Amino acid sequence: MATQKIVIDPVTRIEGHLKITCEVDDGKITDAYSTGTMWRGIETILRGRDPRDAQHITQRICGVCPMAHGTASTLCLDDAFKVTVPDNGRIIRNLLLGSNHIQSHILHFYHLAALDYVVGPDIPPFVPRYKGDFRLPKNLNDAYVAHYLQALEMRKKAHEMLAVFGGKMPPQMTMLPGGVTVTPTVDKIASFLWRLRELEAFINDVYIPDVLGVAEVYSDYKKIGIGHGNLLAYGGFPLDSQNKEKFYKAGRYTKGRIVGFDPLKITEDIKYSWYKDGGSGKHPYDGVTDPDAEKKDAYTWLKAPRYENQPYEVGPLARMWVNGDYRQGISVIDRHAARALEAKKIAEAMEGWLLQLKPGAPSYAECKVPESGEGMGLTEGARGALGHWIKISKGKIENYQAVVPTTWNCGPRDDKGVRGPVEEALVGTAIVDAENPLEIVRIIRSFDPCIACAVHLIRPNNGGEIKKFRVI
Amino acid sequence: MELTRREFLKLCSASAVGMGISQLVVPELVQAMEQAASTKPPVIWLQGANCTGCVVSLLNTAHPTIAEVLLKIIDLHYQSNVMAASGETAVNYLDIITERTKGEYFLLVEGAVPTKDDGIYCTIGQKDGKEMTFLETIKTLGPKAKAIISVGDCASFGGIPAAKPNPTGCKPVSQVVSGVPIINIQGCPPHPDWLLGTIVHVLLFGLPELDDKSRPKMFYSETVHQNCPNYSYFTEGKMATKIGEKGCLIQLGCKGPMASSDCPLRKWNSGVNWCIGVGAPCIGCSSPDFPDGMSPFYSALPKDKWPKKDSEIA
Repeated sequence: MATQKIVIDPVTRIEGHLKITCEVDDGKITDAYSTGTMWRGIETILRGRDPRDAQHITQRICGVCPMAHGTASTLCLDDAFKVTVPDNGRIIRNLLLGSNHIQSHILHFYHLAALDYVVGPDIPPFVPRYKGDFRLPKNLNDAYVAHYLQALEMRKKAHEMLAVFGGKMPPQMTMLPGGVTVTPTVDKIASFLWRLRELEAFINDVYIPDVLGVAEVYSDYKKIGIGHGNLLAYGGFPLDSQNKEKFYKAGRYTKGRIVGFDPLKITEDIKYSWYKDGGSGKHPYDGVTDPDAEKKDAYTWLKAPRYENQPYEVGPLARMWVNGDYRQGISVIDRHAARALEAKKIAEAMEGWLLQLKPGAPSYAECKVPESGEGMGLTEGARGALGHWIKISKGKIENYQAVVPTTWNCGPRDDKGVRGPVEEALVGTAIVDAENPLEIVRIIRSFDPCIACAVHLIRPNNGGEIKKFRVI
Repeated sequence: MELTRREFLKLCSASAVGMGISQLVVPELVQAMEQAASTKPPVIWLQGANCTGCVVSLLNTAHPTIAEVLLKIIDLHYQSNVMAASGETAVNYLDIITERTKGEYFLLVEGAVPTKDDGIYCTIGQKDGKEMTFLETIKTLGPKAKAIISVGDCASFGGIPAAKPNPTGCKPVSQVVSGVPIINIQGCPPHPDWLLGTIVHVLLFGLPELDDKSRPKMFYSETVHQNCPNYSYFTEGKMATKIGEKGCLIQLGCKGPMASSDCPLRKWNSGVNWCIGVGAPCIGCSSPDFPDGMSPFYSALPKDKWPKKDSEIA
């Protein structure tokens, strides 16, 4: 039987511009290609600017995950400016990041992913839709539709909570190198806490049961979308002012074992990316990435990040697994389940952090832009491991680089031809109806892709010495 | 952690009631809007060199709620982040609906238009095996629209992707399409009220009054500085010299005098807060000159650009 090609372009209900191409033989996916179809060159835009602009501009890499970029960027700048953030500043940053994790996870399940399992109302934008494998009984389906609407209000509330300390969202305004501009007051703490408890109730009473409901009815998806089985977390949410202890530890899961993580071992390949050759196998900071939209064999604006030459999946499942919070399995369902359970874990922790705030105590430490310096900021965004790197000279940004979750997950093959995590997760999947490839979109969306984040570029002038960066 | 069906249904009806009650402040306006929306206007929302921040901001609308917007006010036929359809199903539908509602649909555009190298830096779908660039799609669908609303700084003025050195030749929609009314909703991102207020105005009263940059005057005619609660500090000459200090933030880099919006009065996230409310200097994101004209964000405006104090105004 001839190989059939299924192209999904655009993949909707994600952030950004993504195309997926699958080759199908005898009703099974035999190969897959993930293509990011938009490139802006944000890091090129950053060069030559005041380093303190980075946290505002990088938040605009993505309007869905500005908190993650704001966090990585300010950690990166703290490192370069050699400033120690006061406890209030550190805690408020964690609360802001946590608020957006909650917002993002609720949004992802109900508004991005759910319509792959639930039949929406018969009006646009809920029609047209793929036909076929929708299994929920009517009363349960109706309940999910109602929760879709309720969840719109809940995710909005999470952003209101974020705005209590963040000023507004998206993007927040309070974070800067040295801490945050806002000083905590009792009324702000109370206003935040009240909203947090309401969100916790929604997570416990609606979100988690809904995910478990889908898991039960679509239980075959516990065996679908598995991928390479390598998981990576950079770690995040510092619990002390030295950034030594973190709520999420960094680490990797590979070949059945939990092992360590060293940011110096990250490289990016570009054989299959629309960038001129010669930059493969380099640390992101050293990468050469001149665009070349006509390059032979290339098929995406994303690069292929690797750790010790291996592909890794990142995200809530990866960090929950590495930290021992969730080890049921790696699959479509497990990604949704880990994400929901993480929302609960983070919300509970946030209540504790909130009550550690000291009203009136400083939340910002004075610091100045150094004449020269380097910095690295690693964190866990809603979608997974995120790192920012900066090099400053003459008080300006000489080099800025971000390696983001969706580049790990949706990146292409590496130079050796090993597929990226999403590509690998698709291979082997049985497709019932090529006209309505629900299996494919369910697998893709379980990763919660964010393509605006994933496509980035730098044009370094002299490379830069990654070895000088210290791990924070 | 299990939930029974009965509990599900209970939750369902509770939230359904919650959603059914209109939360608009003025009931007459609700009624007028729903009447106007009895034939809900078709809306197509396309994204180019964007970050989806404008969508996320719109989702945060308080009155009306986003559910009311989707269910009662507009027919949102094409919007990549929320629509059920993907791939060919989506692209075919875009063709069908823009043909069926030609001259009637509102085209909402988020993101700038990359024009360098024939727009190859952003493709938004595939038709007959060929990638559709955002550039050609906007050029094709723009003139068939009743009106275009450029949502956010990128679509209105170029914004972040058009910042120096503008690697992909990004242009605002107004430089790519002509012959159709274009409204610019400034902001990075815009406040949901600025967009929805404009849409409701169009539905009930026609095009709102626009300024020379095609922005609705009702939202953008005063500067942030003019309505800032720190205004009196400025006139008294009490300037904060470090983060956390009371006073006008102009020496810390505040671009309030350069930004035109009603942020100080309207506030963000259902009125919870705003930038200067947390002691953060305005970065001037509501301006055609954002970001280059506002950067560096934490450096004070040169004195010749400071606004006059009351005592200096004759």
